[in-house]
Amino acid sequence: MSALLEVSIVAAYMLVALAVGVVAYRVTDQTAEDYYLAGRGLGTGVLLFTTFATLLSAFTFFGGPNISYQLGPEWILVMGLMDGVLFGLLWYLLGYRQWLLGRAHGYVTLGEMLGDRFGSPRLRGLVAAVSIFWLFPYVMLQQVGAGTALEGLTNGAVPYWAGAGFITLFMIAYVVIAGMRGVAWTDTLQGVFMLGMVWVAFAWIAAALAADGGIAAAMPAEFRGLGGGAYSPQWMLSQAVGIAFGVTMFPQVNQRFFVGKSETVLKRSFALWPVLVVLLFVPAFLLGSWAQGLGLSLPEGGNILAVLLAEYTPGWFAALVVAGALAAMMSSSDSMLLSGASYFTRDLYRPFVNENASEQHENVLGRVGVVVFASATFVASLFEPGTLVEIGETAFGGFAQLALPVAVALYWRNTTRSGMLAGVGGSQLFYLLTVFGPTVTLGGYPVIADAYWGWLPSVVGMAIGLVLTVGVSAVTTQATSEDTSVYFERVRAD
Amino acid sequence: MPSRSALGWGVVFVVLVAFAIPWFLWGDETMVAGLPVWLWWHVAWMGLTAIAFAAFASRDWGTFVEVSR
Repeated sequence: MSALLEVSIVAAYMLVALAVGVVAYRVTDQTAEDYYLAGRGLGTGVLLFTTFATLLSAFTFFGGPNISYQLGPEWILVMGLMDGVLFGLLWYLLGYRQWLLGRAHGYVTLGEMLGDRFGSPRLRGLVAAVSIFWLFPYVMLQQVGAGTALEGLTNGAVPYWAGAGFITLFMIAYVVIAGMRGVAWTDTLQGVFMLGMVWVAFAWIAAALAADGGIAAAMPAEFRGLGGGAYSPQWMLSQAVGIAFGVTMFPQVNQRFFVGKSETVLKRSFALWPVLVVLLFVPAFLLGSWAQGLGLSLPEGGNILAVLLAEYTPGWFAALVVAGALAAMMSSSDSMLLSGASYFTRDLYRPFVNENASEQHENVLGRVGVVVFASATFVASLFEPGTLVEIGETAFGGFAQLALPVAVALYWRNTTRSGMLAGVGGSQLFYLLTVFGPTVTLGGYPVIADAYWGWLPSVVGMAIGLVLTVGVSAVTTQATSEDTSVYFERVRAD
Repeated sequence: MPSRSALGWGVVFVVLVAFAIPWFLWGDETMVAGLPVWLWWHVAWMGLTAIAFAAFASRDWGTFVEVSR
């Protein structure tokens, strides 16, 4: 009974999403700007929630509560610093600047923005290739998660391959039809739904705990003090910094920097962002820690939120939340598909394969890109090769390596093409070595290692990228095809 | 030469980042109303951050980012 109910709820969500997609299709015209960026016309509510849902949703249900169950609720602070404060500031410092430049010069992707200023198709292609390298396995992991969740939801009646395949097909159809506008609209629905569900669940369980000895008793004694266990200052800061800079360069988040309708929309989003973050993370992650205090056990590969809900709330409500979690995964994945496809067609196909592709041709090609990308990640998800899993799990760090070279380019006039290529290439190389290479020490000091005096390789790599970008720029001169004025001439809103 | 307001906002932002994790409560196990005291700090700090961001957006939006020359 419950499985049927859960599947019906998921199916109902998909139908609503499709309906929204069709409406979006009818108002989307046949240009890349409209398909990928919703004509740069999103208002505050939609922009906030689409960024929110794209960025945080699946993790809020699956990863986060499990971490605070296993390690303690300090993860709330890591996410508060990372998301509420650092990402908010980066959204302004990098995002608002990208918005201004995108508006002035019509950029659709990050690679395009850099390639234009540095007169370098190679840099453009490199940024796109690096992005797709990290994005591909990350999308694959989402499909693995969705397939596994659907299999669990139906007690194996829907096998893994069918669940993952069905969701992939749905996302392909949806993204091909709807484009950014439809994706953003469903994100908004899903984000509001998710926020509501989390608070109802929180209130439900808090009330049960209060009636049964008080909520303080549910917080394990070893979780009460700040820090301790896995939580060292270096680890918390590395995580917060690595993830915050990483998400700004995730294609689906970075592309959202371009889509705000007006300055007013960006101002409101900036001010409301920390509120949204605290509203979502505090209840969601507290539930994870409470589950530990209540002595619930987490099954291998399971989700502690589902376990807790099954214990304290009726089946239909737990089903709603699990359906919401699946919807959350889809809303992250569809955005990634769309952005991945845009990087592929605009920054790789067009400059290197067919320079004279017409707008019409590109329009079709963008959709073909979605189909190819999603099918390939689905096939990969059936085999789950260990290497791809490892890339997906380290993707945030990989994207974080792009952030500082991009920031330097946006703010320092003397940045050169050579500096950018060195900064982007060098930091990627270093980070890849720390993920895949052997541990190398020199005279007792870590050279290639998992940690540097407690700091994670993602943060060390960012520092290397910064030094390389600035250092190489300082000793090289700009090529004649570079055009600094693209970024530095009268960049302002009016 | 950065303006005084830019300097001021720079300081505000640095402080917002620096105390998003209340380092001075490290190891503190005090519970208030059923939750760790540092969690209440977090909730209040995010509120403060939102107020600061709103004030910045309405008064000095564009600082650091826009190039007027």
